[in-house]
Order: sequence, then structure tokens, then C-alpha cells
Amino acid sequence: MPYAGSPNALHNTAVHPGRAAAEIPQVQYRRLERHSPIHASADVLSHASVVADPAGDTLSSRHRSLAPHKQMLSGWTAIALTIAFIVCLPILSVLWLAFNPQENIWPHLVNTVLSSYIANTIGLLMGVAAGTLLIGISTAWLVTHYEFPGRKLFNWALLLPFAVPAYVIAYIYTDLLEYAGPLQSALRMLFGWKLASDYWFPTIRSLPGAIVMMVLVLYPYVYLLARAAFLEQSASVLEAARVLGGRSHSRFFKVALPMARPAIAVGLAMALMETLNDFGTVDYFAVRTLTAGLYDVWLGMNNLGGGAQIASLLLIFVMMLIGLERISRRHQQNFQPTATRFKCLSRRRLQGSSALLAMSICLIPVLFGFIIPATVLLQYATQYFNQSWTSEFRQITLNSVLLSAIAATTAVTVGILLSYSQRLHPTRLLRTSVNLSSLGYAVPGAVLAIGVIIPFAMIDNTLDTFMRNSFGISTGLLLSGTVFALVFAYTVRFLAVAYGSVDASMKKISPHMDDAARSLGHSSITILTRIHLPLMKSGVLTAALVVFVDCMKELPATLILRPFNFDTLATHVYQYASDELIGEAALGSLLIVIVGLTPVILLTATIDRSRELKAADAAAVDPRTALANRS
Amino acid sequence: MKFTFARNACALAVTTLAITLAHSAPASAADEVNVYSYRQPFLTDPVFDAFTAESGIKVNTVFAKKGLIERLENEGDNSPADLVLVANVGTLAAAVDAQLTQPIDNAVLTNNIPASYRDEQGQWFGLTGRARIIVTAKERIESGLIETYADLAKPALKGRICTRSGKHGYMVELIASVIAHEGEDTTQTWLQDIKENLARKPQGNDRAQVKAIAQGECDVAIINSYYMGAMMSDPEQQSWADSVNVIYPNQADRGTHMNISGVFMTKAAPNRDNAIKLLEFLASDTAQSIYAEANHEFPIKSDVPASALVATWGTFKQDELPLSTIATHRAQASRMVDTIDYDG
Repeated sequence: MPYAGSPNALHNTAVHPGRAAAEIPQVQYRRLERHSPIHASADVLSHASVVADPAGDTLSSRHRSLAPHKQMLSGWTAIALTIAFIVCLPILSVLWLAFNPQENIWPHLVNTVLSSYIANTIGLLMGVAAGTLLIGISTAWLVTHYEFPGRKLFNWALLLPFAVPAYVIAYIYTDLLEYAGPLQSALRMLFGWKLASDYWFPTIRSLPGAIVMMVLVLYPYVYLLARAAFLEQSASVLEAARVLGGRSHSRFFKVALPMARPAIAVGLAMALMETLNDFGTVDYFAVRTLTAGLYDVWLGMNNLGGGAQIASLLLIFVMMLIGLERISRRHQQNFQPTATRFKCLSRRRLQGSSALLAMSICLIPVLFGFIIPATVLLQYATQYFNQSWTSEFRQITLNSVLLSAIAATTAVTVGILLSYSQRLHPTRLLRTSVNLSSLGYAVPGAVLAIGVIIPFAMIDNTLDTFMRNSFGISTGLLLSGTVFALVFAYTVRFLAVAYGSVDASMKKISPHMDDAARSLGHSSITILTRIHLPLMKSGVLTAALVVFVDCMKELPATLILRPFNFDTLATHVYQYASDELIGEAALGSLLIVIVGLTPVILLTATIDRSRELKAADAAAVDPRTALANRS
Repeated sequence: MKFTFARNACALAVTTLAITLAHSAPASAADEVNVYSYRQPFLTDPVFDAFTAESGIKVNTVFAKKGLIERLENEGDNSPADLVLVANVGTLAAAVDAQLTQPIDNAVLTNNIPASYRDEQGQWFGLTGRARIIVTAKERIESGLIETYADLAKPALKGRICTRSGKHGYMVELIASVIAHEGEDTTQTWLQDIKENLARKPQGNDRAQVKAIAQGECDVAIINSYYMGAMMSDPEQQSWADSVNVIYPNQADRGTHMNISGVFMTKAAPNRDNAIKLLEFLASDTAQSIYAEANHEFPIKSDVPASALVATWGTFKQDELPLSTIATHRAQASRMVDTIDYDG
């Protein structure tokens, strides 16, 4: 069994200055166990290959062992805590609003619609979870472990639906499938039906309809993370399972799936949080979820505080979901001891009907999530081109791209800082603040926007008052209503995405890397920039990609926070889409999709290439070589 | 791959600063006026362009359908906004309650805008009117069956009515006006009966209801008048509009329920003089006829003619009950929608 990196690993462990002597035998035991194929493979099959407690112990004792650098660490912690606090401000503002409702909404809600809000919300979440997991995992497994016609294409094409905003796909399918749409009209013509009561056809504007729409655009989250996890799984572990005669499905269920579980959980959490904060689709489909209820309490009953209370309820929902997931894998320490020993898996070639099946499984989500909606958009865009093309489109597109790129860079940078600080100094306080700061993703955009306005306006006005009183100068609004407020809101909103993806990659880097570099006298910044970041390249790029596309599609916060006369593609589309003018909205929607796609395709290619390179020269990531090459 | 944080951070900071400076409108400038708008730019731009052409004053806008009132409230005295354009009377009333408005006493405005379409103290002004009309399938509903909003509760209409969500502002205000005229109990029974008559769960906007009639899914719908105009001018949708008759309800008694789009001046308005010029322009013949022609809304200034299409539906009696009175029943109406589970 090839195990190229093990001498380094052992060496690193041995030279660590701070490690307690008693631990070494344990670590070596673990390593030795892995050297013996029979032993290791048995372990793989029975314990689902997740490295259990020894690794966890090693990790935590390593952190304790870094005591000599404590002063440096507390600097990182301070930066991380400050950032986490700033990012938390909007969420704290929403919580503050929740304590100041205009009137108590709960008696009315409990007596009337609350139960249906909750039932619909749970139904929606469960449906989206089931759908995204099924599609995301199965397609990711197929493209990583099998060879079939079109695999290379599907590899990135499966990400395409990601660029289509959920509200846009909802408009398109309603248009196609509703009673008055072409499909049902054709059926009526064909069979001579006259009335709606003459035949049965599923109503698209319904809870199941909303679930299907969300699954179609959200499964790429799960696909993206599951695919990355499957690709990074040690070939040797899976080969061990194969050698031992583990059948294909048991290799998948007992080995690969449990190993990929943390990544899949991150993908699923993103999909579910996006589901929770969606308003456009549920509103259009008249599905009364808690989010729809929130907007009704806020805008219909003119009770922002009451709305914020529902938003807080949503947050509790999310925290419970995340907490449950964490508890259920409490005893599994996922880190990939083989991050440095990358080996390409040989894909099994599928023939005949099984190849056809694999192709159809991959084609269905792309067809319904991208090809059909894009075709409809293209058709409308051509038809309404003269009405909808304006000379401002270039500026608007530029605004969208620039803003999304800046926000993606910011969010990923913040994500890296938070993740690395936690790696250096995993205190409970820091962990809690980081968890709190990534909740922004579950807050509906418009509510989060109010949460951004409150502290920003407060800072602006306080500064203005101070400057007026002290110097007689009015500084006015410096932060509110600027692009800066938008970038900040995007960062807060999408930090969970950036942090989740970055942190997953960071955790896969063996702590021995840090130890080795430290023992060679390198600073924590050098370690981050020269060892971790190159190793995390695909995770970082994935994070940037996802945040970029999310920002391109972001609507509610952009609408409220933007400066005067400033449009993004999403806001431009919205003025028509909000009036259900799909024809006029088509060109802009198509541009969102196209501009969002370009980085999707480019980055998938880059990530794949970097994987191949990584496989080719696994030796180069030996920390000492890496440092030597760069200094 | 090299991650050079310092370089990235610098580039980021510079770019952010650059776009920030490029896009932040000065709070107060000699020839500008700042508008927060709840109405879509494609509706307001023609009017603002005409204003700029006439006065040389540039109109800066931010459009959103929610949250602008909250933005204004938090920005406080430093808010750059001078005027807020609003699509229903509920938001206008909420702004007055939150003390975000300033009263305007201006002869042009009071002369051009009828008293029932503006606040008594001049805290807000209606700009355009929309009638909440009933449309019926030409071939399937005999004339005389529906003449009032109350007729929608007739058992003969079981399974034949389509409406948008009862929670939408236009529905809430219609229900609020029925409450104002007939009391809460009668209204609740009426709304319950309409729910019984629905052909499908409330969904879509007003245009979607007409489309459903055209396709035979339902026979009756309640819509805002200008949607008919919009459909008539779209080649794709003209046949939908052609399939229905327009009914102005309650012509024999209180008149048809109207809702408005309106405007208020913010308390802090940094460009007050320019804002007043824009207000006067919005109430002028020029702006009123742009609204009438472009969006088929009813000019609020009585001597400006409605669009040619709207004129073909004849003149009608409008409900004269002050909108501010109707607004006081909004909360009741909204709760009633939940109580009878209208959308369920």
C-alpha cells in the first residue's frame, strides 16, 4: 500500500519541541496501525474510516503544546474577536429589535396562522434537504468515481443551476406549468378538456412546487462540497476497502459517505439557510413560511420588532439544526491525515445501460435547473430585446461584477482569518463568536439590511454630532448608503459560506505541518501564507466562487442599502420581476446567469487542475520543501 | 499561487473607496433632489426626466419595495432623502406615525390635489389614483350579476373567483374600506363568503388573475385598474384583457374603492426648495398626464384626462371616504385575513 508521506509525518511528530513525551507512543501506534494493510483496512471498514479519538487528542494536545507562542496567539485572537464582533453587529441589531416590538404579535399568530407557518417551514426544509442531498451526493459520487460519456462536461455543468436565482426559476416554471401556461394549454387542446376540473395537474404554486424550485438551484452547494470531499478522500483508504472486497455500495455508505459527512453537512447547511431566508419564491408561490410571516408582520402589520422576533426564531431554528449535526458526529474527528499524500483515484468505467443511467442522473438536474430555464430566458430576452436593452447595462453589469468580486475577497479573507485564529487558539469564546457571526446567512436579506443600517447610522450620527459639537463641521453619513455598506452586508450575509468552505479545508491540513514549520522558527503568518493557503487553494477558490455568485444574485439587502442611482443586475431585474413582467426581466436575468457562470467554469477548471498537480507532486507540499522553495 | 494579503487588502480598500466616492450623492447640492422610491424606476423615470428637462434639477433615486422607511428613520437628521414616493396609503400613514414627515403648506398642491387624497396637515399627498375594479369573463358572467363588492359573496360565484393574496396591501386596503363602511362583523362574513367562492388558493399579482380568467380557470377577479391598461399595451397579453368586462363596483351607493400612490417630504429634507419644486411638478398637468398615459393610473388632478383606454370605460363614482380613515382599519383588515385563513 503506497504511503508516501508517512516518514515525514513521523519525523514531524518526533521533532516537535513542545509535545508531551507520553503522547508519542500513542501517535506512533496510530501510524503503525496504518502501516499494516490488514489492520488498517479492518479499521476502515468497521469504523467507517473516520479517524477516531487518537487524532482528536493529538489535535488538542498540539494546541496546548504551542504555549511558547502564546503572545502571538492572543494577537490573532484579538483580531478574530474584533472581526467577529463587527460582523455580529447586524445580527445583534436584529435581536435588539426583537426586544422592542410595536405590539405583541404572538397571541394573534398563535391563534391563527403560526401553526401553518411552522408546518410549511419544516416541510420546506425537509423537502429541500432530501432533494439537495439526493441530487448533490449522487451526482458528486458519479463524477468522481466513475467514467462515463460526458463525465468531464457534467463535472462543471452540474454547477450551472447555481447561477440561476431561485425567484427567476420560480417565475419561469410558473409560466410554463401553470394552468394558463403552454404545457397545460397544450394538454387541454390535445385531450379536449375545457375546465380545470376536467383533469388533474399538480399545482406549481404550492409547497411541493417551492421545494422543487429550491432543490433545483440549491443542490449545487451539496454537490460542490461533496465532490471536493470525495476528490480529497485518500485513495488508499478506498482502495483498502476495495481490496478487502467491499462492494461498491458498501464502499460508498460505509467509507466515503461518512468521511465526506462534515463537508456535506456544510453544503446542506448552506442550502437550508438559503431556503430559510428566501422570500421571493415562497411569496410568489403563496407558501406561508415563517419568512413570509415575518414580512407580513413587518410590512403588513407595520411591526418591525415583531418581524425581528420571527427572524430570531429562524435563527434558533438554524442553531438547532447546526447543533444537532455537530452533536451527532461529536466523536468523529475529521481530519484527513492524508492531505499530503494525494493520489488520484482510478475511476471505474461504466458501460451500456449503467453508463446511460449515470448520464441521466447527471443530466436531469442540469436540464431542469439550467437548460430549460436558460432557454426560456433566452427566448424572452430576444423577444423583448428592444424594450429591455438600455445603454446602462454595461455600467450595471460592471457594478455587479466589481461589487461581487470585492465582497467575495473580503468574505474569504475574513473567513480565513477567523478559521486560522481558531486553529491557533481554539477557545470557547472565539468559537461562539465565530458561530454567531456566521448566522447572517440565515437572516432574511431585508431584515439583515435593517440590521446593517442601525449600527452604521448610529456610528455616522454619533460621529456627526461629535464633530459638530467639537469642531462645528458636519460629517453627515459616511457609511450609510455607500458601497461600503453593501460590501459589509454581503460579507455578513455570506460569511457562513466563505468560512464554512475555508474552515473545512483548513481542518484537513495536518497539524504536524504547523508543528514542523514552527519548530523551524517560522511565524504564524508565514505558516498561513506559505503552507496553509497553497494547500487550501481549492477550498479558498471554492469559497470565493460561491460568495461571488451569491453576491451576483443578492437582492433584498442590495435594494435597501445601495447608494442613489446605483443598480446591480439583480436590482435592475427586480423592478420588472416584482411586477411579474418576465419578458422585460429576462435579459437582465440572463446576464446574471452568464456573468455568474464564467467564474464557475473557470474556477472549476482551476480547482481540477490544482488537484492533478497536487497528485503529481505530493512531495512538494512537504512543509520544509515548501518553505525552502519560497524563501 | 501566492496570496499577498497586503496587496489584496490595499487594492480592495482603494476600489471600495473609489466606488464609494463615485456613487455617494452629496446630502445637499444646489441642483439636486434625492428621492427614496417604493415605485419602480420604469414608472417614475419618465416623470423625473421631464422634471429635470424643465427645471435643470437632477433627481437621484433609490428604489426598493421594503425597508426605505426604516433606512430613513435610522439615518435621522443626516438622511440625504428629501422625498419618499410610496405605493399605498398604509406606508404613508406609517411614516406619519413614525414622525418621519414634515407638513407642507403649498397652494399649488392643495389646489391640484382633492382633499380626500391628501393628509389634512399636508404630511402627505396622493399623486395618482387606482380604482380597485372587478373584472368578469365576457362570455361566462351575465351582466347585472355583480354590481358591488358585496355581490362577490353570492353563492352563484362558488369556485369562480380569483384574487391575489389577501395580505397584499391592495387587498388589505379594500377590506379596510369595507370595514370602514360596513363594520367588522359584516366584513368578516363577506370575506369568509368570498373565500368560499375562490377558484384557487390566492396567488400571483393582479395581472395573473386576468390571465387565469382568459384561460378559463376562473370567471371573476378583483384587480387594480391600471393592470388592464398595461395588458392592453402588451401584444402578448392583450387577449387576456380582451376576455374580460370591467365593472366599477358600488356605483349606486358609496362608489368604487380607490387607492393611491403618494409622496411625503422627509423631516430632514436637505434640499427642501428643490423638493417643493418637484412636488409641485408631480401635481402639475405635465406629470399627471405622463402618469396617466404611461401607467394608466387616474390623474389625481381632476381636470387632467385619463388615458384614452381608461376613458373608454366611462366615468365613475369614486369612494370619497378619506384614505386616512381607511388606513386606520388596515391592522384590523390584516388580522381578519389571518383569522378566516383567507390565503390558506
